[in-house]
Amino acid sequence: MTKPVNNLEKIRKSLGRRNRSEQLFRWYGRLAILIGLAAVTVLFTDIVSKGHGAFRIAYLQLEVEYSKDLIGVDNLTDPEQLVLGNWQAVPKQALREQFADVSGRSDKRKLYGLVSNGAGFDLKDRLLANPLLLGTKEKVWVLADDDIDTYYKSWLDGEPYAARLSDKQVKWVGELHDQGKIRLQFNSNLFTRGDSREPEQAGIRGAVMGSLFTLLLTLMLSFPIGVAAAIYLEEFAPKNGWTDFIEVNINNLAAVPSIIFGLLGLAIFINFFHVPRSVPIVGGLVLTLMTLPTIIITSRAAIKSVPPSIREAALGMGASKYQMVMHHVLPLALPGMLTGAIIGMAQALGESAPLLMIGMVAFIVDIPAGFSDPATVLPVQIFLWADSPERAFIEKTSAAIMVLLSFLIVMNTSAVWLRKRLERRW
Amino acid sequence: MNAIDPVMGAKAEVKQNLEVADNQVTVGSCFTDAPKMTMRNVNVFYDDKQAIHNVSVDIAKNEVIAMIGPSGCGKSTFLRSLNRMNDTVESCRVEGEICMDGENLYAPKLDVVELRARVGMVFQKPNPFPKSIYDNVAYGPKIHGLADTRVDLDEIVENSLRKASLWEEVKERLHQSGTGLSGGQQQRLCIARAIAVSPEVILMDEPCSALDPIATAKIEELIEELSQNFTIAIVTHSMQQAARVSHRTAYFHLGRLIEVNPTEQVFTMPEHELTEAYITGRFG
Repeated sequence: MTKPVNNLEKIRKSLGRRNRSEQLFRWYGRLAILIGLAAVTVLFTDIVSKGHGAFRIAYLQLEVEYSKDLIGVDNLTDPEQLVLGNWQAVPKQALREQFADVSGRSDKRKLYGLVSNGAGFDLKDRLLANPLLLGTKEKVWVLADDDIDTYYKSWLDGEPYAARLSDKQVKWVGELHDQGKIRLQFNSNLFTRGDSREPEQAGIRGAVMGSLFTLLLTLMLSFPIGVAAAIYLEEFAPKNGWTDFIEVNINNLAAVPSIIFGLLGLAIFINFFHVPRSVPIVGGLVLTLMTLPTIIITSRAAIKSVPPSIREAALGMGASKYQMVMHHVLPLALPGMLTGAIIGMAQALGESAPLLMIGMVAFIVDIPAGFSDPATVLPVQIFLWADSPERAFIEKTSAAIMVLLSFLIVMNTSAVWLRKRLERRW
Repeated sequence: MNAIDPVMGAKAEVKQNLEVADNQVTVGSCFTDAPKMTMRNVNVFYDDKQAIHNVSVDIAKNEVIAMIGPSGCGKSTFLRSLNRMNDTVESCRVEGEICMDGENLYAPKLDVVELRARVGMVFQKPNPFPKSIYDNVAYGPKIHGLADTRVDLDEIVENSLRKASLWEEVKERLHQSGTGLSGGQQQRLCIARAIAVSPEVILMDEPCSALDPIATAKIEELIEELSQNFTIAIVTHSMQQAARVSHRTAYFHLGRLIEVNPTEQVFTMPEHELTEAYITGRFG
């Protein structure tokens, strides 16, 4: 008689506790997400605040004269003259004219230090593009030295960093600023040039191209091999001890530290097969080894998620097993496989350790034009710059990280988009 | 059908009778004069577990044979061994002789692709391919190379959809996805797909168990029409369905074929007491 009332009371009593634990759990979840977001925000603000400066760089305005005598060139089509020409003399002379009161060897050397030591070659390129300029005078903006660039930016920010400059250089920069002859411009060198010892001339083009060739090879090798392996294991291989053994080992490979793959590549591809070191071919091969387990595992999961009723329908119609796979299973599993491949590629793009082992850490100025040109890759470039003593490389490093991160974000977003787009429901 | 006998004693008595002897012999008329398929001493194993014990039966040309029995009695397993769909189950092993037109289906030289073109199958759950209605029906003729021209293929698709009485409903949207149809339409699409390759025998594994009564009625009507051209073996949970569509009924119990007789006789005067117990709803 009283039992139902008692039960109701008991249920009501327990309600508070149950709701509290649910609320508590919700707050744990929110806290966890908050911590994650905070970490990402700190990372991004730090990188962006350090790196945004690298996208602009200081230029000086000089009135240069493309004097035939000074350069030692009278025929711009003669390659020998172009090589021997004293190009750096052009900006030097312009500086001497600008600051006519400077005398003495050491002061002059400091004066010449205002412009990048690549400025002469930039002027040479400009002259070759417009041969009519030879023998004429013009006002041009030339690249400033990295120390000037660093000082000028920090001075604009109100915290001048002049440790690498002499008092005179500081004074000259001040004069140039007052005359409007120094300014910050978009740093196109960052995207059009290869690596350099001089921070103001260094760019990530070489590393981006190296990454591109390496990843292209990785994709071309690892996707077909991985998908074929996954299809065979999932659809054709007999289920026995051997396939279990293979499965366990594929999972093991996915967990092997990537540097081991680098050592393997060094031992097999370079020392045994004599593939040249530092080239995208060997980098692509090593990253293929590293990416394969990821692609095989995600592809197998994608194949497993195809409902068995589709397989039965195909087999029941008299399709051979090969036709069943090619006509029905593969098209349905492909979105999952592509997602896996993109995630694998994103992993490979961010990988540096195995590439250190196979010589892709070399200092390479030329932009690679193919799979067999010496190259480095973006993460390794970041590693190299982070290791450089010049202060100007700090912001360059952060800028390169920003570029790498934006590639990764694009790849991961396209993986999500692709999955949503191609996903079929049945 | 679940007429519950309120007397516990009677239940216990039936329980006792449910035990079947190892030397259980099928009663009734298992064999026919002009068989399309003949099964002799068929045993099916999953690893060590025997699912079908020593079944021998004939399927006559152009007849509809229904297989009924309680869950787990092996009727689906038996059906799936008729077009070797059991091959996909690795642990499954079939012994004995299953012949179609005198040809052993388990002979090593026989190609299952050819067999499944001759023995079509409709599954429990409608399973159209996630492709257009047209492509669903055209798939079989395409892979077997049955149509020489596009016009031939169009004709096969139309005829198959007409035979499956689906044509009028889908002729305006042949190129829309087959998975967008209703459950009953999907199942008729699967039947159209199966008959598009003109099989000699069609196996149906509980084709209506996922459908509502109206869709079920349509499929049953269809089975009756199809029986003029095809030999049909149908597994069903519904005794009324067996009674409505089949010419002969086979009753399976615990992996043994208990009785095969003309459907009318099975449902009015079953020979075996187990059959009687099942159709009167004393278990099942």
